[in-house]
Amino acid sequence: MPYKKIGKQTIVFSEKPYIAGRGNVAGQKEGQGPLGEYFDMVLDDDMFGEKTWEMAESKMLKEAMKKAIKRSGLKQENIDAMLSGDLLNQLMSSSFTARDMHIPFLGLYGACSTMTESLLMGSILIDGGFARNVLVGASSHFCTAERQFRMPVEHGNQRPPSAQWTATAAGAAVLSSRDTFDVRSKYRIRTESATIGKVIDAGIKDVNQMGAAMVPAAVDTLLNHLEDTGRKLEYYDVVVTGDLGYIGKDIMTDLLKGAGIPGEQITDHYDDCGTMLFSEEQDVHAGGSGCGCSACVFTAYLLSLMEKKKIRKMLLMSTGALLSTISPGQGESIPGIAHAVSVEVE
Amino acid sequence: MEYLWSFLVGGAICVAGQILMDTTTLTTPRILVIFVVSGVVLGAAGVYGPLEELAATGATVPLPGFGYNLAKGALKGAEEGFVEVIAGPLEAAAAGIGAALAVGYIIALVFNPKSPKR
Amino acid sequence: MKKEPEKKDIAKAYEKYTKKFTPRPDYIGNCSKAFFTGGLICAASLYCRNMLVEGGMEEEKAATLVTVGLVVIAQLLTGFGVFDVIAKFAGAGVIVPITGFANSMVAPAMEYKREGPVLGAGSKIFSIAGPVLVCGITAAIIAGIIARIIYIL
Repeated sequence: MPYKKIGKQTIVFSEKPYIAGRGNVAGQKEGQGPLGEYFDMVLDDDMFGEKTWEMAESKMLKEAMKKAIKRSGLKQENIDAMLSGDLLNQLMSSSFTARDMHIPFLGLYGACSTMTESLLMGSILIDGGFARNVLVGASSHFCTAERQFRMPVEHGNQRPPSAQWTATAAGAAVLSSRDTFDVRSKYRIRTESATIGKVIDAGIKDVNQMGAAMVPAAVDTLLNHLEDTGRKLEYYDVVVTGDLGYIGKDIMTDLLKGAGIPGEQITDHYDDCGTMLFSEEQDVHAGGSGCGCSACVFTAYLLSLMEKKKIRKMLLMSTGALLSTISPGQGESIPGIAHAVSVEVE
Repeated sequence: MEYLWSFLVGGAICVAGQILMDTTTLTTPRILVIFVVSGVVLGAAGVYGPLEELAATGATVPLPGFGYNLAKGALKGAEEGFVEVIAGPLEAAAAGIGAALAVGYIIALVFNPKSPKR
Repeated sequence: MKKEPEKKDIAKAYEKYTKKFTPRPDYIGNCSKAFFTGGLICAASLYCRNMLVEGGMEEEKAATLVTVGLVVIAQLLTGFGVFDVIAKFAGAGVIVPITGFANSMVAPAMEYKREGPVLGAGSKIFSIAGPVLVCGITAAIIAGIIARIIYIL
């Protein structure tokens, strides 16, 4: 049997799955940001008509998924599997979305890296011939994440300059095999290869330094991807990390320069979703974060640029901080992870 | 004059808290605990009493003042017996804690938290 | 390349390295805001206390009433969703006075009431205030016992 793995960590898909549909929902603050016009739906109220924030997040994910299915032109019963995750304990948002979707479900946890993790696993399912259509997605909500990982929302405190703002957003995409993809479709965007990241911990303990904690994992995954595929950074029109934020982006740039990648290549070909989602006037300190950050920037903004063929080759690298609610209290440092998925316009 | 001291001492204690918040990674609950316990220690050591005489509410309204109040209760009990020592701190702070608990609980049941719009 | 040195040293070196990229808080601005709001709260409480005493109340009772008043105001502001906005501006200026303690009770209780009035709001009201009370009262009792032993001797 021919193996699809090349190098140390990279998979090259032979039956490159198509991204047949995309959908996203963003919160009020995200909607007021620079990408506001790209979102399918912007909430007026972050409760989304639900009784709890958790159920609001779940509903956001559900709406994003329904939108993705609608765009793909498929029927819900034609979806073979749903892969998604979020930041909440026991994947509350995803599980409760799956409860209403009636699609075979696999829950994923990769913290904020979940969007690429789901994209990667979905592509593997399709390329391996285990599914024809797979629904992937991720969500996060400022209030649910804040109260689980940090302080109650109404608690008076000051966020340090390095703190990031968990995005209230959900993003979803439908991946289709060649058999079921409508070949007349205008947009022919495919996932081409993927690199599974290693968990790397550089010893950061400050929970308000998430960006810095995740950078080493992102650098490792990117360098391994480039080495495995024999590509240069400039091969991609854009390489986007998930939610390193302003501080993380600066550190990443510096570390990549240290690894011998020319500075102008990095400034021209590298960006971070956490720095794109909010404008600086929105007072989010170091930028956006959360599963929803890369999920909504990817499905709303980046994929629409690919549809317009302004970007042809992209490497999406959502980054995740794999801390638990109790690990910082136990004095553990914050492990980081980053997966990479290469997406191309055919 | 009384007001000026109250303002200066109260402000200075808050600045100490702000410095802790800005220069360390201590979370708010830890800072609150540090302040209350240091109030107890300073109160028991007899340092906080004179400060209260000087600054009145400037010393009692910030959290070390709460600790000082607890210590004052315990020290008052110490003149009478061990049981009074144990009852003392809560007796001294009973009104504050009682109000905070009862009012806080009712408010929590009446109001709903809001998603920040800032 | 990263395996040879001690893990701790890497962590330290990396933390130092990341500090270069992290903007510092506005120390002077934050401290002066904390100083003025904190001082103002203290001076205003003194004014209220003096008014009550002038009105014929015992000094101790007046002090307690002022404390209770501050607690109630801070908790109401938390309920209306204003306290966190004020705290964002004033920082320690409202967190260190008793108002911060009052806020730390209502905020978690309000947020967890959807998990029920007993195990939600009822228990979470102590999630931040609990440790403060536990540590403060324990320290006070230890101090009292020491004082009692000295007294007997």
